[in-house]
Amino acid sequence: MNIVVLVKQVPDSGTERSLRADDKTVERDSASLVINEMDEYAIEEALKVKEAVGGTVTILTMGPDKATESIRKALSMGPDAAVHVNDPALHGSDALATSKVLAKALQGLEWDLVISGAESTDGRAAAMASMLSERLGVAGLTGARKLTVDGSTLTIERQLEDGYQVVEAQTPAIVSVWDTINEPRYPSFKGIMAAKKKPVDTKSLADLGVDAGEVGLGAATSKVVDAAPRPPRQAGQKVTDEGDAGSKLVAYLAAEKIV
Amino acid sequence: MAEVLVLVEHVDGAVKKITTELLTAARSLGEPSAVVVGTPGTAAGYADTLKEFGAAKIYAAESDDVLSYLVAPKAQILAQLAGEASPAAILIAATAEGKEIAGRLAVKLESGLLYDVVDLGGDGVATQAIFAGQVIVKSQVTTGTPIYVLKGGAVDATPAPAAGELVEVAVSLDETATKAKILDRVVESSGSRPELTDANIVVSGGRGVGSADNFKVVEDLADSLGAAVGASRAAVDSGFYPHQFQVGQTGKTVSPQLYVALGISGAIQHRAGMQTSKTIVAVNKDPEAPIFELADFGVVGDLFAVAPQAAEEVRKRKG
Repeated sequence: MNIVVLVKQVPDSGTERSLRADDKTVERDSASLVINEMDEYAIEEALKVKEAVGGTVTILTMGPDKATESIRKALSMGPDAAVHVNDPALHGSDALATSKVLAKALQGLEWDLVISGAESTDGRAAAMASMLSERLGVAGLTGARKLTVDGSTLTIERQLEDGYQVVEAQTPAIVSVWDTINEPRYPSFKGIMAAKKKPVDTKSLADLGVDAGEVGLGAATSKVVDAAPRPPRQAGQKVTDEGDAGSKLVAYLAAEKIV
Repeated sequence: MAEVLVLVEHVDGAVKKITTELLTAARSLGEPSAVVVGTPGTAAGYADTLKEFGAAKIYAAESDDVLSYLVAPKAQILAQLAGEASPAAILIAATAEGKEIAGRLAVKLESGLLYDVVDLGGDGVATQAIFAGQVIVKSQVTTGTPIYVLKGGAVDATPAPAAGELVEVAVSLDETATKAKILDRVVESSGSRPELTDANIVVSGGRGVGSADNFKVVEDLADSLGAAVGASRAAVDSGFYPHQFQVGQTGKTVSPQLYVALGISGAIQHRAGMQTSKTIVAVNKDPEAPIFELADFGVVGDLFAVAPQAAEEVRKRKG
């Protein structure tokens, strides 16, 4: 089974993140950039499928030059090759434009299965897998916490608030995964060394046949009219327990009419 | 006045609360039309609630198999209605499914979408809290029919009775909408406790709870308050509590009246999921824990002493 894994480079969600003052896009220059966490689970799942049924695993990333670091990191986990869509005109692309570009890139690859993280920690639209299945006219098996491959039949457990759904489709299909699906492997030293030699195919918009006017900030379907840091929450009272803090806590809740 | 399509969230024969909030928000943008996608007869059962919150029309998109396929049928039906009604906007709940429906719909309609909206003005300016709530962004859709995906609690639902004229919608699913077939739905009960994302009160435990067994202390305080139980990522990763109860950036976002954090340091990851709670109470041994920056009432102390005492006190007050 030939598998493509979507990998996005994002600012580390454990750090303070911001928007650029000039065009209100995500500040990347000063940010600590990492592979979107959920995508590591997508890579792991792809490797597990490959180990079980054979085939190839290809990383697909859209991003600027810096994204190369994340691509190498992804490859060090074990995938065979990568495609890097990189074009200055892509700066500021929204989810719709991104899905257009990724769909074009996927049309140029041979695959049975695309796996992505269920959401990115920066955008959190959680819609890319659905947008791509819509554009490509293939099944979307989204929000998986378990994936089973049986020939061309894919079955997932789709994670819900209060349980799960069992959903089935035939390949070709797009599966998005949550972090409940597996435990991503750490790259081995051998994997890190091997990743340096793995092929990374860089594609421009022209290579993909996408008009630069269809993407980027200029083609965005929404605009930011204002962005500001959240006003800090005012810290309230703080007591040190002297044996009666539980009672004091409840007295506070009662005064606030919560209990 | 232009129609505003509202996709009705419903489960087990009941309209979800978020739907009444979406209808309320829709009224500031135009005339709400509720869209019910379900098996035959579903919409009629919801008519009273939908009318009460302002649905001028109720579109009944019903067929035996429309709920048998994942996400895509709902996007197809909304796109079909958008083509016929030329709505001023489309409102969808920011659930996992809602976001996916919105994504497909945005592609079909070539329209802008704004998701995780926490406030929506009559001028179509939507407020979002991004980067774990660190930055507040106001945005406007500039292309096509605006699609707004609203979080629960973004608006307070208020009744405003309307006619609620029932309109049957012919459902004929595209081949591409039937590719992902739902075979089964399994409910993993959270027991007698309220749903985490619906609860008025949430009591969460973190790394400081120390073990799965010790989570009983968290559960006991929750039960005394009639609260849902949550857990920080550190607690979930340590195997203290199941993932479905994780509150935070990669877990659930909650915004209850009261959030009680027990043994939670307050990493950005966790704050992302709870900082919009109305009142926050924290108990932590470490006086420097960042959770205290958010807490309306903080206790520096041992949660194993404070929480049981608080639970007992709550039970005493409730009689």
